[in-house]
Amino acid sequence: MSEIIGIVVISMGVAFDLFGCIGLVRLPDIYNRLQGATKCVTLGTCLILLGVLIHSGGAMGAKALLCAIFILLTSPTGAHALARGAHKSGVKLWEGSVMDKYADDKEGELDR
Amino acid sequence: MIVLIILLVLCCFMCLYRIGAGPTPPDRTVGIDTLGTLVVGFCAFTAIITGKEWYMNVAISWALLSFIGTIALAKFLEGRGFDE
Repeated sequence: MSEIIGIVVISMGVAFDLFGCIGLVRLPDIYNRLQGATKCVTLGTCLILLGVLIHSGGAMGAKALLCAIFILLTSPTGAHALARGAHKSGVKLWEGSVMDKYADDKEGELDR
Repeated sequence: MIVLIILLVLCCFMCLYRIGAGPTPPDRTVGIDTLGTLVVGFCAFTAIITGKEWYMNVAISWALLSFIGTIALAKFLEGRGFDE
């Protein structure tokens, strides 16, 4: 029974990964791609590891849980650093974007 | 199970497309980061199929090295200017 539930959770994780990667290919600029790819792929891989925990249990499940917690901590941090680096290096936003609060903040700092 | 692995390989090819065709260097870095996270999922699949526990050690190490690589590339991109 636990094996079937594990396979179902792993299937959900693979579906999230697939949608995130479709977003990585289809979305128009770097910030939208970060939005699509990082969140979906983080949750998808965490669901795969959670499925390993449900499927197998034991020492392998404990290591999978550790790895899932680690990915949940580090992947948003990496995406945040990457968005900041891209904005500071002057990559333009997509022309359909409606606001750029980070550029406003940086201009305000210059005025001070 | 084999269908799930084929779908995950398809995801990896989409990331490779973004690494190859991304117009700016941060786009390629997003592809590398996503590919690193997908490889952790592959290690989990391999651990289930073969039943060997030490593949999860590989997954943990790979997640750590991928995070360090992403942070290093982001700090590297921060100091340079890219036009379109």
